[in-house]
Amino acid sequence: MTSALWTHLVKDLRIEWRSREAINSMLFFALLVVVLFSLSFDPRGAFSRDISGGVLCVATMFASVSALNQAWAREIRHQVLDAQRMAPTSGSQMFMAKVLANFFFVSMVQLLLAPVFLVFYNLHILGNAWLLALVLPLGTWALVANGTFFAALSINSRNRELLLPLILFPIFMPALMAMVNATTGIFTGAFDPAVWIKLLAGYDIIYTTVSIMLFDTILRAE
Amino acid sequence: MRKILLGLFAAMTTVLMVWGFHLAVNAPAEMMQGDAYRIIFYHVPSAMVAFLFFAVSMAGSIGYLAYREKNPTRALAWDGWAVAGAEVGVVFCTVVLVTGPLWGYRAWGIWWAWDARLTTTLLLWLIYVSYLLLRRFAGGSQMRTSSAVLGIFGGIAVPIVYISNRIPGQHPGPVFGGDSSSGMAPEILRPFLGNILAWLCWGLVVLILRHRLELKQQAAAARDAEQALNA
Repeated sequence: MTSALWTHLVKDLRIEWRSREAINSMLFFALLVVVLFSLSFDPRGAFSRDISGGVLCVATMFASVSALNQAWAREIRHQVLDAQRMAPTSGSQMFMAKVLANFFFVSMVQLLLAPVFLVFYNLHILGNAWLLALVLPLGTWALVANGTFFAALSINSRNRELLLPLILFPIFMPALMAMVNATTGIFTGAFDPAVWIKLLAGYDIIYTTVSIMLFDTILRAE
Repeated sequence: MRKILLGLFAAMTTVLMVWGFHLAVNAPAEMMQGDAYRIIFYHVPSAMVAFLFFAVSMAGSIGYLAYREKNPTRALAWDGWAVAGAEVGVVFCTVVLVTGPLWGYRAWGIWWAWDARLTTTLLLWLIYVSYLLLRRFAGGSQMRTSSAVLGIFGGIAVPIVYISNRIPGQHPGPVFGGDSSSGMAPEILRPFLGNILAWLCWGLVVLILRHRLELKQQAAAARDAEQALNA
């Protein structure tokens, strides 16, 4: 881990620690989505196990969009981003620091949401519960790595807050599909989630590598 | 000269299309499905052309990024291929997504199944629609760079879709190079190949026209910018 990455990471974590904007807004938003889904689908028994994996993933996805937009909007104020462009470090370090920070925030939200989720959906996990410790971070990483990248990509466009979900969700969908299938497999115990976990890991490796390679291009796009 | 060549190519394509239609209508009915199978003469070639043009779009995106600083004129031509490939590819992919359910309703009794192949083709369509949306939304000089990057991200999804085509599901298995029951009778194979050729040529005509249009639009935009500076 290099010093530039570390500096960026500490800075992002410190800003969040002081304001708690991202985590609070994400947490409340995800809670709203979970409640909305349980009101509209009346989850009970086996049915709740079937849908809860999907609800958890979709709630995280919607909630994280607000935080991802904020991540770069902060840098625009007072032309901080222009200063970053002139800094003699590679943009990919700043990118990785933002991904790590956002990964931490979204994981925090998932941890805080988990008990609420178990209560509302009356969940009894039938598969290997410990596999969730693999699936959720992999899925969150896919979301946050692509999300941070596309948030930076859409930063200079009109309606950037609107644009981010429009370009992020289609690219994220294969990962979402793998994540939902894997969690459903774990909750219901009906099938082996291994193939979906492998797909998710492959997706993470491919897209994270491409993001790191192309980040300097979009940071210095002008 | 180029115009004449393109006109000749378009005329040849028209002949091919008429011939392909003739072959498709007059091919013998299939043993299990009767006439319903004839959708294969449109559905499969459209899917092939759509995938090919998404690859063209990705190549255009890579070319744009490669020449962006060294040779801006050449980079703009590559960008033209990127947008033309994505737009025409989306049209052909739409044809696939429309003709598929028509056949599915007849053969399966349902319009749509959330099978791996159908889902991934739909995802591909969504990804390239989002690419076209980005080109609309993102203004200024960065639009081409941003969309080229998204074009590469989208192109990476194509092999994932291709691999999932070989995962068994509800969609008919690979007709060629699959198991021992795959393959086609020669009297159906000939119309099938003829239609692939016809639709490929038709796609190329539209692609080339769209590319020329994009180059003209780029030139017009550059002229307008220059006039605004001199005014």
